Amino acid sequence: MTVAERVPPMVRAESVTKRYGPIEVLRGIDLAVAPGEVACLLGPSGSGKSTFLRCINHLERIDGGQLWVDGELVGYRRSGDKLYELKAREVARRRRDIGMVFQRFNLFPHLTALGNVIEAPVRVLGTAREAARAEAQRLLERVGLAEKANAYPGQLSGGQQQRVAIARALAMHPKLMLFDEPTSALDPELVGDVLDVMKGLAADGMTMIVVTHEMGFAREVADSVAFLDGGVVVEAGPPAEVLGNPRHDRTRAFLDKVL
Amino acid sequence: MSETQTVRVVPVRHYGRWLTALLVVGLAALFLRALLDSPNLEPATIGDYLFKDYILDGVVTTLWLTLLAMVLGTVGGVLLAVMRLSPNPVLRAVSWAFIWVFRGTPLLVQIIFFGFLGALFPRLTLSLPFTGTVLFDQPTSVVVTGTVAAVLALSLNEMAYAAEVIRGGILAVDGGQTEAAAALGMSPALTLRRVVLPQAMRVIIPPMGNETITMLKSTALVSIIAGRDLMTAVQTVYQGNYKVIPLLVVAAIWYLALVSLLSAGQWAIERRFGRGFSRGGVR
Repeated sequence: MTVAERVPPMVRAESVTKRYGPIEVLRGIDLAVAPGEVACLLGPSGSGKSTFLRCINHLERIDGGQLWVDGELVGYRRSGDKLYELKAREVARRRRDIGMVFQRFNLFPHLTALGNVIEAPVRVLGTAREAARAEAQRLLERVGLAEKANAYPGQLSGGQQQRVAIARALAMHPKLMLFDEPTSALDPELVGDVLDVMKGLAADGMTMIVVTHEMGFAREVADSVAFLDGGVVVEAGPPAEVLGNPRHDRTRAFLDKVL
Repeated sequence: MSETQTVRVVPVRHYGRWLTALLVVGLAALFLRALLDSPNLEPATIGDYLFKDYILDGVVTTLWLTLLAMVLGTVGGVLLAVMRLSPNPVLRAVSWAFIWVFRGTPLLVQIIFFGFLGALFPRLTLSLPFTGTVLFDQPTSVVVTGTVAAVLALSLNEMAYAAEVIRGGILAVDGGQTEAAAALGMSPALTLRRVVLPQAMRVIIPPMGNETITMLKSTALVSIIAGRDLMTAVQTVYQGNYKVIPLLVVAAIWYLALVSLLSAGQWAIERRFGRGFSRGGVR
């Protein structure tokens, strides 16, 4: 992580904790992701990797520790030595810069593919409808779905829906993209198209944090890999090290099962 | 089975079906004959009154009463539903109490109550506090006429029912939708308007269609406070000439015609809001 040492990180987590009632889901996560870096979060289900991802854009509120995105505290404003919780409107404002792609796509089913992509730019950023449509058409072309602009999500395959979801997130010009198991709900033959789009994004220098079970993607595309288990980062580093030569028993046991 | 042979297929004979059908048709015929034999049905009288101008006036009043009560009821219903789902406990409690009272008492009681509002508050007064300046001061009976009382009772009652229908619709929208909207930086209000409500509509429309049909028929209750609707018109006539049955048939014909019209409209609207939810046949 030589890049991370030189420039301020895009995402920095310091002993982040999160609990649901008596269950501690995150037990002190430390992580830094540099601008332009692609970080993959790996780990067994229940390890807290998705929860941590959702903390980054404040879909989940953290219970302890601190979390910064692009130098700003997530969910709070600091004034003097006090932290003020942000109002819904301010939280929404900060989320504009963070794109998120969900496991279950979560496209708006009552809007066409194009309608899904232009919704937030038009309603949130106030982009002129014509300009937003032109850009949306370009984005749909980029994810290989130019001819599906007028299709409703229900008429698209899972892989196509996920690519529309990526285009929808990109339409807000995010500085960071979060992917929550983007290919886990897809039929195996549709996974490749989505991963190709993500590889393209990585090549263009997008900062990406990807929760995934696709070891091939992690090995090939990621700059860094973090292995989570039991709510902590067990091991982190370049993919060649963590995946090729794991130092920790738990990492080794997990990799033995999935590879 | 080597040689081809013509085999006659004998279908199952449904003797039981024939017998029950015959029985039902017979009973229906008997009832119809009794109806037509009655000297008090007076088909000619029905025809005379069906298109009388004061009957038509009543039909028009019934229609706009229904429309107004449904519009006010839906707007108030959205408000109450959002209050019920609000994180603010006071708003939740107020909404719950409103729905509790208006769903928990008979509509007829509410209509009579609003009809006699003057007995509770003899005068309606609006004044600026601490200055003594009176902006509005009228006897209640002048402001709240039978028609106003009818609109008040019907729409307040409808709000309570609509609120529950709309709340159910909002809750039926997948939580992932709100999350996706939030992740795009949409505010809660924008999310409700652009993402949640349009999808909730699909669930809300069919029961609201039924609500409208029920409302159309419930307007007949306002005849008890002289609401000037179709039922009031019919009652006024038969209280004068005692032709109760023919005039009730006149009312029934109009209600049936209007309800049939509404059912057709409901079907068309349901198709419109089903967009994007069936593979293939959209738009």
